Amino acid sequence: MSEAVAVLAGGRAPEREVSLRSGHRIAAALRARGFDAFLLDPAERPLVETLSAARVSACYVALHGKEGEDGTVQRVLEQLDVPYTGSGPFSCHVTFDKILAKEALDAAGVATPPWAAVQEAALRDLGAGPILGHIARRVGLPAVVKPSRAGSAMGLSFVEREVDLPAAVMSALSFADSAVIERRVVGTEVAAGMIGSPDEPLPLVEIVPKSGVFDYASRYTAGATEYFAPARLPPEVAAACHEEAARAFRTLGLRDVSRADIMIDAGGRPWIVDVNVSPGMTDTSLLPMAAQAAGIEFPALCERVLRMALARGARH
Amino acid sequence: MAELSVDPYVDLYARRTSGMSASEVRALFSVAARPDVVSFAGGMPYVQALPPDHLQQVAASVLRDRAEVALQYGGGQGARTLRERLAMLMAEEGTPADPEDIVVTTGAQQALDLLGKILIDPGDEIAVEAPAYVGALSAFSAYEPRFLQVELDDRGMVVERLEEALVRGARPKFVYTVPNFHNPAGVTMSRERREHLVALCREARIPIVEDNPYGLLRFEGEPEPTLRSLDPENVVYLGTVSKVFAPGVRVGWAVAEPGLLQRMILAKEAGDLCGSNLTMLITERYLEGDRWRRSLADLVQTYRRRRDAMLAALERYFPAEASWTRPSGGFYVWATVPSYVDTQAMLAAAVERRVAYVPGTAFFPDGRGRDRMRLAYCFPTEERTWEGIRRLGELLADEGELYRSMAR
Repeated sequence: MSEAVAVLAGGRAPEREVSLRSGHRIAAALRARGFDAFLLDPAERPLVETLSAARVSACYVALHGKEGEDGTVQRVLEQLDVPYTGSGPFSCHVTFDKILAKEALDAAGVATPPWAAVQEAALRDLGAGPILGHIARRVGLPAVVKPSRAGSAMGLSFVEREVDLPAAVMSALSFADSAVIERRVVGTEVAAGMIGSPDEPLPLVEIVPKSGVFDYASRYTAGATEYFAPARLPPEVAAACHEEAARAFRTLGLRDVSRADIMIDAGGRPWIVDVNVSPGMTDTSLLPMAAQAAGIEFPALCERVLRMALARGARH
Repeated sequence: MAELSVDPYVDLYARRTSGMSASEVRALFSVAARPDVVSFAGGMPYVQALPPDHLQQVAASVLRDRAEVALQYGGGQGARTLRERLAMLMAEEGTPADPEDIVVTTGAQQALDLLGKILIDPGDEIAVEAPAYVGALSAFSAYEPRFLQVELDDRGMVVERLEEALVRGARPKFVYTVPNFHNPAGVTMSRERREHLVALCREARIPIVEDNPYGLLRFEGEPEPTLRSLDPENVVYLGTVSKVFAPGVRVGWAVAEPGLLQRMILAKEAGDLCGSNLTMLITERYLEGDRWRRSLADLVQTYRRRRDAMLAALERYFPAEASWTRPSGGFYVWATVPSYVDTQAMLAAAVERRVAYVPGTAFFPDGRGRDRMRLAYCFPTEERTWEGIRRLGELLADEGELYRSMAR
């Protein structure tokens, strides 16, 4: 009898749709590989009861957003002794929160653009509004303003002038209780994928959005963005990207699968702008492209990641 | 080095598809579909109110008596007997129509697409209200027009603005308007404006497309004459049974002069051969006799109570700086919130607080409307409406506090 695997996808986060697209693809791929895989949407079916009844060997975590990426579902699965793909609760918690992740990366000397954070409570309860002017000067403009805990570029905006900062902060705070304000690095955008170990890098994927901005529409409309894999970079720049990404993965303690988003400035220096614990697996997602460029087709990619979880389960 | 193709057809797509893209707002609506979210987003008719026994009777009788027709292809114009019923619906609002001038379409939405196909060449100008029905903007956009946006106020389209544009040399191919209980604005065009618009367009030889899905959903006051009744020769009229019966049957229609009508029928036949005989016959039978009038009257009372609940709740819970329209029929209230609020960005926070609306930007072709929202009162119960507006009011108050904390 084939092993039962629950692909966790959907949920209640704003990225529900993206997650379902990833999840359906992963479940189909795993079925093609001989697993008894089914999609489990915790927003529709009770998680604990369903997992117990189905006697699953492992869960493939394809949830995006808060509950899926911040360690919440991972902690539940730990309690149930169900092996699952991806990083553990603590790494998820730190990585998904851009403030904690930036702190950790800074402390480890990983290159991330100058930044500052604004917490909603500081504005509301401490009257810290005037700090925005200081931040604009310290971080420098143009800046990127993003929610501390969200994905898919949701709630993200670019700010050229200080006067536009409050509106951008309000947009970001619609998605999370803190906003990260980061100096905007203009240059080439690439994604560095990891499967298994930070020491075996996948080819970099270069991202060229036709609109000029890799926003939600550019990410999830087929054809709205051109991708090149491997990225069209001088070897030493590509090597620097891999090195920086590997340091980021190690610093954050990530395992199985992850993706770092990198901006390369005009001087060829890579800056880590985001690290994901549950990279998208849709038909327009970056990690599957990186794997494909390395000769790993999607079903093989899914099976490989799943087997890492199964191997951990076997040790219990 | 290889360019990865996520979509092997990407180089093949026609230019007119360039505006079709994934959107963050649509992604949020998928989260908002949960039952614990009070959704003022969709303009969904309250079909639960239709009497189930009657519906079963109607559907059963069609399959019993007319199965050989119901399950077969039909003509592109739609059956004469149904067109007679639709003409009767128009007579309810005092608009004469000859069943021969009617083409039955798959919802009025298809008629919008057919008109775009027949009338719009890329780059042509067409006049729409600002804000305008988002479905019309989408249907027309596929034919790559330029939009001449005409402002709208509490008495509907500001026809003077259109006149000024014409004086400046604008020559739109047609003027599209929803004169009754506008979507999204909820307002109704005044008698004077109607007469002005009809005279202006007749003089300038610009046809009017009158979209009237909500006309029979009037809660109070006297109906204004339809534009079509004021000038049958220069007005293409669009109707639908979606609001007086049910959107699931997808029965709408257009009334036009013979030349235009013929092209619409040919374009429809090219697109889908014919509508569904099954649902057209169900609609025809539903509209026989008088029972549908009672159901509609009940439905209108329900919508009226829901409108009242929403207006009262807005009064109670929305911040003093906000304003909104007071519809006397239809489905929608159009709210203007303080300018520091971006309703598109705020939607995520709203869904998090279990309430949803449509951000105003959807209804303008040029990205305006960030301080507007459409609130549909047709679907949630009165109790849910109170709760939803309370949640939204609290969120707006919090946004105000947040903004003031940053304003210097």
